[in-house]
Amino acid sequence: MSTNVAVIRFPGTNCEFDVVEVVQHLGASAEIVFHDEPSLGNADAVVVAGGFAHGDYLRPGAIARFSPVMDAVAAFAQEGGPVVGICNGFQVLTEAHLLPGALQKNAGLKFRCGFTDLRVESSNSVLTSAVTPGDILSIPINHFEGNYTCSLETLAELQSEDRILFRYVTNPNGSMDDIAGICNEGRNVVGLMPHPERACHDLLGSHDGINLMQSLLNAAGLSSVQGPS
Amino acid sequence: MAEQGLEESLHRELGLTDDEYERICSILDRKPNHLELAMFSVMWSEHCSYKSSRIHLKRFPTEAPWVLVGPGEGAGVVDVGDGIGAAIRIESHNHPSAIEPYQGAATGAGGILRDIFSMGARPIALMDPLRFGPLDDPRSRWIAEGVVSGISGYGNSVGVPTVGGETVFDECYTGNPLVNVLCLGVLPVERLVLGRAEGVGNLAVLLGSTTGRDGIGGVSVLASAGFSDEASDADKRPSVQVGDPFEEKRLIEACLELLDSNLAAGVQDLGGAGITCATAETAAKGGAGMDVMIAPIPQREPGMEPFEVMISESQERMLAIVEPANLAAVLAIAERWEIRANVIGIVTDTGRLRVLDEENGQVLADVPAKALEQDAPLYDRPRSAPADREQRQLESANALDAPADPGADVLAMLSDTSWVSSQYDHMLFLNTVEGPGGDAAVLRLKHPSTGLDTGRGLALTTDGNHLWGAVDPYRGGVMTVAESVMNLAVVGARPLALVNCLNFGNPEHPEVMWQLSESIDGLSEALLAFGIPCVGGNVSLYNESRGTDIDPTAVIGLLGVVDVLETPPPGVRLVEGGRLLLLGHTEAELSGSAWAALKGHRGRGKLPEVDLEAVAHVADAVRDLVIAGLVQGAHDVSSGGTAVALAEMAVRSGVGFTAARLADHTDLFAESSGRAVLCIDPEKLREVLDVLEERGIEHSRIGVAGGDRMSVKGQFDLGLSEVTARWTNHLPDALGSGTVQG
Repeated sequence: MSTNVAVIRFPGTNCEFDVVEVVQHLGASAEIVFHDEPSLGNADAVVVAGGFAHGDYLRPGAIARFSPVMDAVAAFAQEGGPVVGICNGFQVLTEAHLLPGALQKNAGLKFRCGFTDLRVESSNSVLTSAVTPGDILSIPINHFEGNYTCSLETLAELQSEDRILFRYVTNPNGSMDDIAGICNEGRNVVGLMPHPERACHDLLGSHDGINLMQSLLNAAGLSSVQGPS
Repeated sequence: MAEQGLEESLHRELGLTDDEYERICSILDRKPNHLELAMFSVMWSEHCSYKSSRIHLKRFPTEAPWVLVGPGEGAGVVDVGDGIGAAIRIESHNHPSAIEPYQGAATGAGGILRDIFSMGARPIALMDPLRFGPLDDPRSRWIAEGVVSGISGYGNSVGVPTVGGETVFDECYTGNPLVNVLCLGVLPVERLVLGRAEGVGNLAVLLGSTTGRDGIGGVSVLASAGFSDEASDADKRPSVQVGDPFEEKRLIEACLELLDSNLAAGVQDLGGAGITCATAETAAKGGAGMDVMIAPIPQREPGMEPFEVMISESQERMLAIVEPANLAAVLAIAERWEIRANVIGIVTDTGRLRVLDEENGQVLADVPAKALEQDAPLYDRPRSAPADREQRQLESANALDAPADPGADVLAMLSDTSWVSSQYDHMLFLNTVEGPGGDAAVLRLKHPSTGLDTGRGLALTTDGNHLWGAVDPYRGGVMTVAESVMNLAVVGARPLALVNCLNFGNPEHPEVMWQLSESIDGLSEALLAFGIPCVGGNVSLYNESRGTDIDPTAVIGLLGVVDVLETPPPGVRLVEGGRLLLLGHTEAELSGSAWAALKGHRGRGKLPEVDLEAVAHVADAVRDLVIAGLVQGAHDVSSGGTAVALAEMAVRSGVGFTAARLADHTDLFAESSGRAVLCIDPEKLREVLDVLEERGIEHSRIGVAGGDRMSVKGQFDLGLSEVTARWTNHLPDALGSGTVQG
């Protein structure tokens, strides 16, 4: 059986088809899981895709965290299954307390869309095993609320535990410590604001996202062979 | 009696003339009641009926073998091969955006998305041609910032990328911005649906938002005619609607699911004139009638009058025509997507649109559906060329003094619009090969059902030039089409279909009607010459700034196909060491140019001659060279002439150039149609020149790309960094540093 990725779809999610396209392009299978599903089926990995879950009304992710599927995602993560939240998905994962911190409005109070250079800071996570610290990746951002913030204690933990996975080379949104992506203590739950799925095709200007998505599939493959540890 | 007087003049207050009122009486064979009068007044408004422009719009060429749906439906649809249809439409939201920029622009995007998915197509791209007053006017800055935020806030959230457009600032748009929006969708050809109410007994299901008192506009006069105690403050309510992109997103997904499952016989969006328009149109086009019930329509507030319910323009609503047997399945899909769904009507065979208070209840209105939809009067309003036209034609911009510092003029005409486009998601769906900032957007063409990449692409450009229109609306139209064709050629695309958004002044001014008519004829001449069908359009009249009509602004959207999309198009750029070629003929004529306007010379002289056959030859050659991979960089020559084209290629790539053979300011700034600048690898130069010579394409070797200066021998020599700074900072400096609420 090929590796199967569950792509979570809330009302208002809009990047789910893009993630499915890239996962399939890399030879794995993907299934869209609607927010009211209580189960992830036979998923080997989960992607919480970008968009505007529930319109981002109230606060991005604030309503989505209560969807039935999020209990299943939390349980999957608890068992060590690989979970990646991209953009709005990152916001959802912080609201669901699967990742620390929060994403506030961009400094400058403008939506920002465009390619951004990211520096890989750690290869020790389900999304970064196939890249090397110091690598510079060209990956698009697309957000209004991408300005990462957390308590100084949490920041110190993230730093000392090597849990900051990506930093912006040029900070586009005021994010604390230039943070673009982090992981949890187990290193199996990752959140990042940039969209690796948008950088997987030469026609689209960059293929730097492929190694990230491949890292996820590798982790998923391991989890499907070994079962969640 | 005061009341009697009010009663008699009510139709006038509603914007209907005495003749139109008589016409309604004769259609009904009696006097209309208030509800019927309200329904006629909105359906026969300029906005819905195109009564001033329809006789002219008929002159557009609309046919081609690949046209599946021409003008008159929610959107035009063309066959783009591989079983894929492309649906395209353009609209204006000028007046709402002048009053409330954010919501005006947001609801403009929302409305056009519904037009696209009502055809069964998934919207895949928006384009926003925008025109504002000058940047030194605080209110214009406030409007610009609000409009861009509105498009960003709605478009990004609803999940449709905005892949391009235009941003123009000019004094003629002070207080009257032009906010045009184009939407492109794709559908499997077999899913094509039309807004038709066919099948007696079929149900009309209202999907989406509640119906409120918003967007009732001028018809709110009915409220002050003593209809209701509670309605007395209705005229204080905003007549601009408020958008809810999340509702729209769910509505899109639900409607596409309905159509995928074959559960809807027809789908129609609710736009201008609300439920009245949607029910009358579907019934009339289906050759049927419809009974509409007020009671089951979810209302946003208590005490709404039937006329308010029937003409409300509340956003995010759709009407689906459903067979009774499919109703349960339709309601289940609506529930899954958390949208309201209520049966509000039933298709009849009477040909009449009846409004009832409830099922089998009291009949509140009873009119022929066709009369509302098709019997609006057609006006051939008086038109005449401006009295001083001949005199003005004699005043050529060629008589202006040559600039002492042409470099300064180049700088003054450069502006990077990425302040605007960086606020739009332009990458969603993984299609955007060339996004905002290029000559045309290029999108990968994937099959909408299977997702399979066809290896081909769609290209889209929007163009308009009011400075040309002000000199000569006819030839301005010709030149605009020529520009769009060249914009497609430089990205390797051939044109397929055009939509137009005709923004003009007050149609009661004979000069404005003349401009409109001339513009349509100019556009049509070029379309015929290029073999491009017009598949849809929009007319926005009464655009006036400080009591003066805006310059005629025909904005067009041109859709094309890239037959082989294996590498990105060369783009607006230079490559170190590349040889620069100027293709096409430059006529020594500066009238109507951006440079002339910079010198205060507008609306005078004559536009350059256009040889459409020569334009087509150049465009064909450029397209073939691009597809053959022989071109490193390519840019059409239009506003600002060859000098601005070269400068834009330089600042976008960070590579300078040294040019010659641009002997004077006319060579630098003239805007003759059918020209492009190409940057060619020296090793491929011979091959390219052979192609051009073989085809008899006029061309000139004008220089070499490279270095950190932009210089034209004998004209100017500018540091690339200085030019780039001006280009990059122009908009952020004006708009980024706070705006004033006007």
